[in-house]
Amino acid sequence: MSAVREIEYRDALREAMSEEMRRDKRVFLLGEEVAEYNGAYKISRGMLDEFGARRVIDTPISESGFAGLAIGAAMMGLKPVVEFMSWSFSLVAADPILNNAPKMLYMSGGQFGCPVVFRGNDGAGGQLGSTHSWCVEGLYSNVPGIKIAIPSNPYDAKGLLKTAIRGSDPVFFLESERMLGNKGEVPEEEYLIPFGQAKVIRSGTDCTLASWGRPVHFCMEAAEEMQKLGISCEVIDLRTVRPLDIGTVVRSVKKTGACVVVDQSWSFGSPGSELASQVHRHCFDDLDNYVHRVHSADVPTPYATNLEQEYLPNARKIAEAVRSATYNL
Amino acid sequence: MTSLSHPTAGGTSAPASPHSVVHTKVYGDAEHLQVPAAAAHVSSEQMLDWFKQMLLIREFELRCMQAYQEKKIGGFCHVYIGQEAVAVGCTAAVQHKDPIVTAYRDHGHALARGMDPKHCMAEMFGRIGGCAKGKGGSMHMFDRDNNLYGGHGIVGAQTPLGAGLAFGCKYMDEVIDGKPNSRVSLCFLGDGALNQGAFHEAMNLAGLFDIPVIYVVENNGYSMGTAIARGTTMAHSLITKAAGYGIDGYVVDGMDVVGVYADMKRIADKCRATSRPAFVDMRTYRYKGHSMSDPRKYRTKEEEEVFETHDPIGRLEARLKTAGLLTDDSLKAMQKAVRDTVRDAITWSDESPIPPMAELYHDVFVEPWGPYTGSSQPAMNGGTANPPSMRTIDTKEELS
Repeated sequence: MSAVREIEYRDALREAMSEEMRRDKRVFLLGEEVAEYNGAYKISRGMLDEFGARRVIDTPISESGFAGLAIGAAMMGLKPVVEFMSWSFSLVAADPILNNAPKMLYMSGGQFGCPVVFRGNDGAGGQLGSTHSWCVEGLYSNVPGIKIAIPSNPYDAKGLLKTAIRGSDPVFFLESERMLGNKGEVPEEEYLIPFGQAKVIRSGTDCTLASWGRPVHFCMEAAEEMQKLGISCEVIDLRTVRPLDIGTVVRSVKKTGACVVVDQSWSFGSPGSELASQVHRHCFDDLDNYVHRVHSADVPTPYATNLEQEYLPNARKIAEAVRSATYNL
Repeated sequence: MTSLSHPTAGGTSAPASPHSVVHTKVYGDAEHLQVPAAAAHVSSEQMLDWFKQMLLIREFELRCMQAYQEKKIGGFCHVYIGQEAVAVGCTAAVQHKDPIVTAYRDHGHALARGMDPKHCMAEMFGRIGGCAKGKGGSMHMFDRDNNLYGGHGIVGAQTPLGAGLAFGCKYMDEVIDGKPNSRVSLCFLGDGALNQGAFHEAMNLAGLFDIPVIYVVENNGYSMGTAIARGTTMAHSLITKAAGYGIDGYVVDGMDVVGVYADMKRIADKCRATSRPAFVDMRTYRYKGHSMSDPRKYRTKEEEEVFETHDPIGRLEARLKTAGLLTDDSLKAMQKAVRDTVRDAITWSDESPIPPMAELYHDVFVEPWGPYTGSSQPAMNGGTANPPSMRTIDTKEELS
């Protein structure tokens, strides 16, 4: 094995797409500013030069149109990757992405699948205000027929995106503008990460912290803080919320007896509430306290820095939840 | 009725409401599409085949209405009576390999595309023998072998898909196989869909990307109960909307199957050759309500009677008789054959089993996980006739 290198999250995404496009001509990328602009967030930088305008396609600002177009192409057997500049913009494409892609296979009685990947920035990007800061997993994880990946680091981003593109089902791939510049170890060798396999990224004995995407990093910060107080946290990165690897979480909670779920979406009817419910069910006799949850505040996302920081899950709020969940220690 | 020309060609009998039928074209460099039906190269066999197809669709739809009253069909059901010439003529004008997608009034398109009436009826009966194993229903007819990509229930939702189908064909031919594009897609929509944003986004993309999709607006004058001019600007000249997107627009008399074929053949041939989209204002009329619960209070009996004199089946019948291609006896034989076909479809559907419970968790994912059980083609496509067995779901599995 060659020396492990470090690359940015955005480069990991590009490597995944480029490798899959080299391997399979059915794969193409379309979205706003993906080609000549080299990507609004430079994720697709250089891809137009390598693959040409037939396979790296600039679209107008027309999410409903190009999302639907990609679904039609996927029904024909192609494998489009659609970049939403922000998942916040996917709301105007709700009908194609929620009513067509996830239901096509079922409504056609198994005749037409939709192997399409929708990907883009999800969650607060930093003072973008309420309309541009959506955590769409709160809405979309409610819909059967979609797989949803929310990677927290470059290694997972690359391995999961390759799996998403190579698969036969519609995938919503949720990235974060705040993590695109994060560096992490990504080997030169090809690898894929299967969906539905959580990763224990820190071992502990007193409390399980379960999260996905950007808040995983806040969980690690909180775990450090709690260690200073003598409370040992186990941190689990779910990596995908559909499928949800409840087994890994349950095994951990049976060991620790306490659980805090951290989810950047709003609390009401969220992947976090679903996970907490499942943990309650499977670990009813193992828990010393109810499953605590840390979400974004139940208000529209504010603009002011201090308000936005307090709105989002953060290490302080997670630490407080851990302290409460482990009150008996 | 003896006149074989388009309603306006006869002069005084032209219906004034909700729209009059004219052949015109205001945008593009193609020749004027004033194609006298008689001039089209149509064989007597073709005309007889279309006549029989239209008879079949009408009989099928009448029996659907009956089955709905008998509660054998549930949910929403929209019949195609009056519009038969559109599906039959358009389908005849393209090649079988050309994908078709449509809205929820889709039984006619399915039958014209070659779906066995048994599978179409059984779908509405909610039976395993249905084209989608009873999971789609009246509004969602899919037929992979016949390149029918649905039946879509949300108004206008199929319009970006139609662009995607044509885009996909072109991509496969040109980018993957390195040969010229060989297919066009037909995307049907009602006039109500003209007011959906998705349609305008799809038209913009089709014009921008040179996508060979033909948008056929089945303009029956009403979006549910709203007359077109009450909901759509420029209702008297819909092709001006196409002009705004740089797309050739055509007006076609949708009540004359020979004319539909002749016009659509030229339009489709041009799209195939140029790899460009087209827009067709297909003037037609639905004789029944929007759905089974519609008492049609929003239009007059007189208006309906006027359009009934332009019945696509009646017009072709008169033409065939004048030409000596159809006699009263041969017509009766044809009608009986169609009745038998539809009756057989109903009997077959009555006898088709309800979907086994295992189907509930089947066809959600191609690559399943958790409680899901994979996917298989319906029996009509040569897929597994036997549905998969239900996976046992226990706690352990749910945890995995």
